[in-house]
Amino acid sequence: MKKIEAIIREEKLDAVREALEANGYLGMTVSEVSGRGRQGGLTLQWRVGEYKVDFLPKLKIEVVVLDEDVGRILNAIANSVRTGEIGDGKIFVLPVENAVRVRTGEEGENAI
Amino acid sequence: MPVNPADTAWLLVSAALVMLMTPGVALFYGGMVRRKNVLSTIMMSFALLGVVGLLWVLYGYSLSFGPDKWGIIGGLDFIGLRMVGQEPSSVYATTVPHLAYMIFQAMFAIITVALITGAVVERMKFSAMLVFSVLWLTLVYCPVAHWVWGSGGWLAKLGTLDFAGGIVVHIVAGVSALSLVRLVGPRRGFREKEPMEPSNIPMVLLGAGLLWFGWFGFNAGSALTSGGLAASAFVATNTSAAAAACTWMILSWIYRRPAVLGMATGAVAGLAAITPAAGFVSPIMGIPIGVVASIVCYYCMFFRMRLGIDESLDVWAVHGMGGTWGALATGIFASVAVNAAGADGLIFGNTMQIVKQLLAVVVVWVFAFLATWVIGKIINVTMGLRVSPTEETVGLDISQHGERAYGGTLR
Repeated sequence: MKKIEAIIREEKLDAVREALEANGYLGMTVSEVSGRGRQGGLTLQWRVGEYKVDFLPKLKIEVVVLDEDVGRILNAIANSVRTGEIGDGKIFVLPVENAVRVRTGEEGENAI
Repeated sequence: MPVNPADTAWLLVSAALVMLMTPGVALFYGGMVRRKNVLSTIMMSFALLGVVGLLWVLYGYSLSFGPDKWGIIGGLDFIGLRMVGQEPSSVYATTVPHLAYMIFQAMFAIITVALITGAVVERMKFSAMLVFSVLWLTLVYCPVAHWVWGSGGWLAKLGTLDFAGGIVVHIVAGVSALSLVRLVGPRRGFREKEPMEPSNIPMVLLGAGLLWFGWFGFNAGSALTSGGLAASAFVATNTSAAAAACTWMILSWIYRRPAVLGMATGAVAGLAAITPAAGFVSPIMGIPIGVVASIVCYYCMFFRMRLGIDESLDVWAVHGMGGTWGALATGIFASVAVNAAGADGLIFGNTMQIVKQLLAVVVVWVFAFLATWVIGKIINVTMGLRVSPTEETVGLDISQHGERAYGGTLR
């Protein structure tokens, strides 16, 4: 099992949800996060002139997938959120030791 | 003179309208500071409804409007509202109870002190702010109010026109703000250009809306009668606010986008500028007064930033310079056809009026700046003006008040 963490543009949430659904994954966790990549922060307007904030609002999507699905899901997420502009985000893949479905007590791959 | 019920009703309603401007300022300022300082910023204004509300009835009204002493200060005859009762005064607002005029003036004193707080938000100690407010009300506001509005005040005798407080409220507050901030110093991180993101711009708009609404009492109420002059001042006020709001929006649009925060600021600049003129100029003159107000205040704000002064919420640029332009504009656009108690201005062939206005502006600028500096210096060397660096980093809501504005992050 692997956990895929994708930092994406806020407006791309629906696109990712549809891509994951189409590939058989309904479950996911979404959080509102702030961060920055190489492009730095965001320039906003003050009463006159501008000021810069260091961090941009982004969404983080977490989904745990079977080992054999990792490549397929990575591609599906990346393709659904890509615009080609700076700020498209990043995707990380982490190993997962175990999983438990709380209601039934099932463990491992059966729990995802 | 007997009490006139219509005049009394309008003046009491106006006093209530002006009262609402102080919570308006609190929200206007509170929305512009960082999340960790929202409550402390609001409290700096709101607390004055209590403190100045008491001081005014105890001795503030007497120092400002008591029987004249040498043209510079009122006598102590009205201490504790002695001789201020249900009968009209013989010299001020002679058709309404003296108490009505007194409480109307109380609201002006409260908001003037509240305006200054915008300069020093996010780092000035609450206790120091309270002590400053008491001394400043006594030593700066009361004398200047007497000079301009008191019967026998030396600027009043000279013929300076200030309908609703462009000089007494806005210049005095703006210049004092600039003076105080020289002693308090910039916020931590200001010089390093750390982001200082406004916590809640809708709250700024709510505050600006309350200010605009309350300003009808401020300016039209200053007619002190319920009639044509009040209506004229009312329309001039709204016209200037509208013209200034549109102008700031356009300036911001030329620069980049039509900023919401900018338009709200423009409205307040236009309101400050029309204040001294409202009951002396024909209402349509609200347009040039408002348009120029936004241009003046917009570029003064840029200039202040260029100088690297952390006058955080631009009390000087908006109120000080808006009031200064308005006081001079009164000398340009005033007309005795609008108000027989006023004077003709420059465009009606009277060059002397603008000289009288300019003299008052210069004198009040110098007095407010120096007197505030002395008061601030005394507080700085005794109790200190600023919170500690740690308290500032944590935020003044927690360090000064033991509360936070937005709780309950875990549902």
